[in-house]
Amino acid sequence: MSERHCKLMHQKSRRSILKGGLAAAATTAFPLPLYAQDRPLKVGYVSPQTGPLAVFGETDNFILNGIRQSLAKGLQIGSNSKDIEIIVKDSQSSSSRAASVAADLIESDEVNLLLVTATPDTTNPVADQCELAEVPCASTAAPWEAWYFGRGGTPERGFDYTYHFFFGLADALNAYTSIWNQIKTNKTVGGLFPNDADGDAWSHAEVGVPGMLPNLGYSLINPGTFTNGTDNFTAHIAAFKEANTEILTGVLNPSDWNTFWRQAQQQGMRPKVATIAKALVFPAAVSTLGDLADGLTMEVVWAPNFPFVSSLTNESSAELASRWTIETGKPWTPPLGWTHAVFEVGINALATASDPYDRESVNEALAATDIITTLGQVNFRKGPFGRNVSITPLVGGQWRLGGDFRFEVDIISNDFLPTVPLTADLRSLHDI
Amino acid sequence: MIELINSIVQGILIGGLYALFAAGLSLVFGIMRIVNLSHGDLIVLGSFLAFFTVSTLTVPLWLMVVIIPLAMGVIGYAIQRSLLNKTIGPDVLPPLLITFGLSIILQNGLLQIFTADNRKLDFGAIEVMSVEIGGIAMGWYAILIFLIAVTVITGLQFISYHTRLGRLLRATTDDPEIAKLMGVKTEHIFAIAMAIAMIICGIAAILFAAWTSFTPLSGPSRLLIAFEVVVIGGIGSIWGTLVGGIILGVAQALGGYFDPAWQTLAGHIVFVIILVLRPIFVKGFR
Repeated sequence: MSERHCKLMHQKSRRSILKGGLAAAATTAFPLPLYAQDRPLKVGYVSPQTGPLAVFGETDNFILNGIRQSLAKGLQIGSNSKDIEIIVKDSQSSSSRAASVAADLIESDEVNLLLVTATPDTTNPVADQCELAEVPCASTAAPWEAWYFGRGGTPERGFDYTYHFFFGLADALNAYTSIWNQIKTNKTVGGLFPNDADGDAWSHAEVGVPGMLPNLGYSLINPGTFTNGTDNFTAHIAAFKEANTEILTGVLNPSDWNTFWRQAQQQGMRPKVATIAKALVFPAAVSTLGDLADGLTMEVVWAPNFPFVSSLTNESSAELASRWTIETGKPWTPPLGWTHAVFEVGINALATASDPYDRESVNEALAATDIITTLGQVNFRKGPFGRNVSITPLVGGQWRLGGDFRFEVDIISNDFLPTVPLTADLRSLHDI
Repeated sequence: MIELINSIVQGILIGGLYALFAAGLSLVFGIMRIVNLSHGDLIVLGSFLAFFTVSTLTVPLWLMVVIIPLAMGVIGYAIQRSLLNKTIGPDVLPPLLITFGLSIILQNGLLQIFTADNRKLDFGAIEVMSVEIGGIAMGWYAILIFLIAVTVITGLQFISYHTRLGRLLRATTDDPEIAKLMGVKTEHIFAIAMAIAMIICGIAAILFAAWTSFTPLSGPSRLLIAFEVVVIGGIGSIWGTLVGGIILGVAQALGGYFDPAWQTLAGHIVFVIILVLRPIFVKGFR
């Protein structure tokens, strides 16, 4: 504890020097010991590689190999080149474990920067640790509201060391309604929300789906939240049938959606369009639906036809996806895009920092980020509150039977990002 | 009104699946006084074996349906003979700890081999076909599961009361020491009981694997259901398992009928009520 206290004191004094206007001259005026120049820059990375969230971390090794290769000769900073060491930790899909490995990275490994991905359960505890220890941290792959408000953020008092880029709930709903607007329905939407962190955010009376849908011209039937792992959705199905909901939405775990969708078929509930978050993002999860996956729609945060090129490797989205398929024999999956992007943001901050060994200086560089990543533009100053958050684009996708992997994604709406070409028209579930 | 009846009917049908989850647990506890904490994970192991046999070994579906329960039976016999028999004694703690360890080993072993991906067995069109009777749509697959559950429970009842093996099982249940004096090889009987329990687990595993998708970590929630069913239906009682499954299924359905948020909770509440009241009506369904 006292050691940590000393460290914080040390940082405080250094910061006051920086504030004294000597920032630019800091490296020359106070030369660091020689060993500091030679030791590698350390980047910590936390993601769920095992446990129920492991699909999010599926692409980690592949992406890390690519990043490490591109940094094999070190990162060019000015005229110097610095070695970068990436230290990877597994959250095991548990928030408490995520927090403890983050603390480890900060205290024992003394990382210069922390990166974290995949669901509020991982990003939030890690970001909280960073904020506390004053270590810069970039995160993605969680709706930004869940990251921002979930950690007690307010527009007046943002965060000093933590930054997040991803879509928000409002963006997701805009994408959803742009799908639904393409076919004629009675505009009655059935909502399926579990009583977990995601479900709570989505079903929030004001900033969630119930608050936003009426403004977009749709009415919501929400029979009530359910517990993950429910075996019987009769109550929901009955409520939807009674209200004649022609549209279905929600945020479900793959197995719950599997149970629901099968039971809905058994009990004769047939909506025209079903747009589901989380359960339909990953090809492995969708394949368990079999033929029932045909025609289901979802948000797509990254696809091989996204028009962005990596700022780190100059690889296009299509090249990244095809390299993945060749190396692993698996279909492309969105974690490819966001895992790569979080490293782009992190490495960019180290490359542009006036002193990459100094956490304050890296933090300033991170705050000033303005690059085009595989996921889209990341610029925290253009975000909702002018700091901390940057919104990345998303489009609408629809699963179709066919292709090398039995299932393929059609891009069916692109209001947010028109440069992603549409590949098909929306098909109503009634026509399948 | 029709919706209320619909909810109850769907609850009864799901009760069949619950009964299959619980039958093995009940049998093992009834005979050996072992609370098998790895029961749910053994079901998930069966689901993965079924999935692996069909998708990777490309064994035809009908053959897999025969192989998996038998394979599970062999696994059950081996576990009992090599592991659990050594821990059975006056102290209930060692077998409890062994099965807890087994549960963790199974979860992480499956995670290593099969990754955390969701898997599912594909039974084709029967999964979504339904029949409508008086305005109530019932899935054929749900009906099939219920009928299999009734058949399994009836079969278990038959074995227990009309065969030599059943007599040996009951004798060992009543007093293992005396049974041993009478020349019963109790170690073997224990292992046979575990094998039967695992055969039922295998059947439940196949049906569960096609009911919804599963991951290596799906086991504990199955164990919870099985445990509640056993307590509701009466520990060690064969027909009680089916009754308990139906009570739990209907309780959840009725809870869900009034408010979906109450569905799972309603099941737990019924469980607690019965747990508290049971001593008053001792030996309820037995």
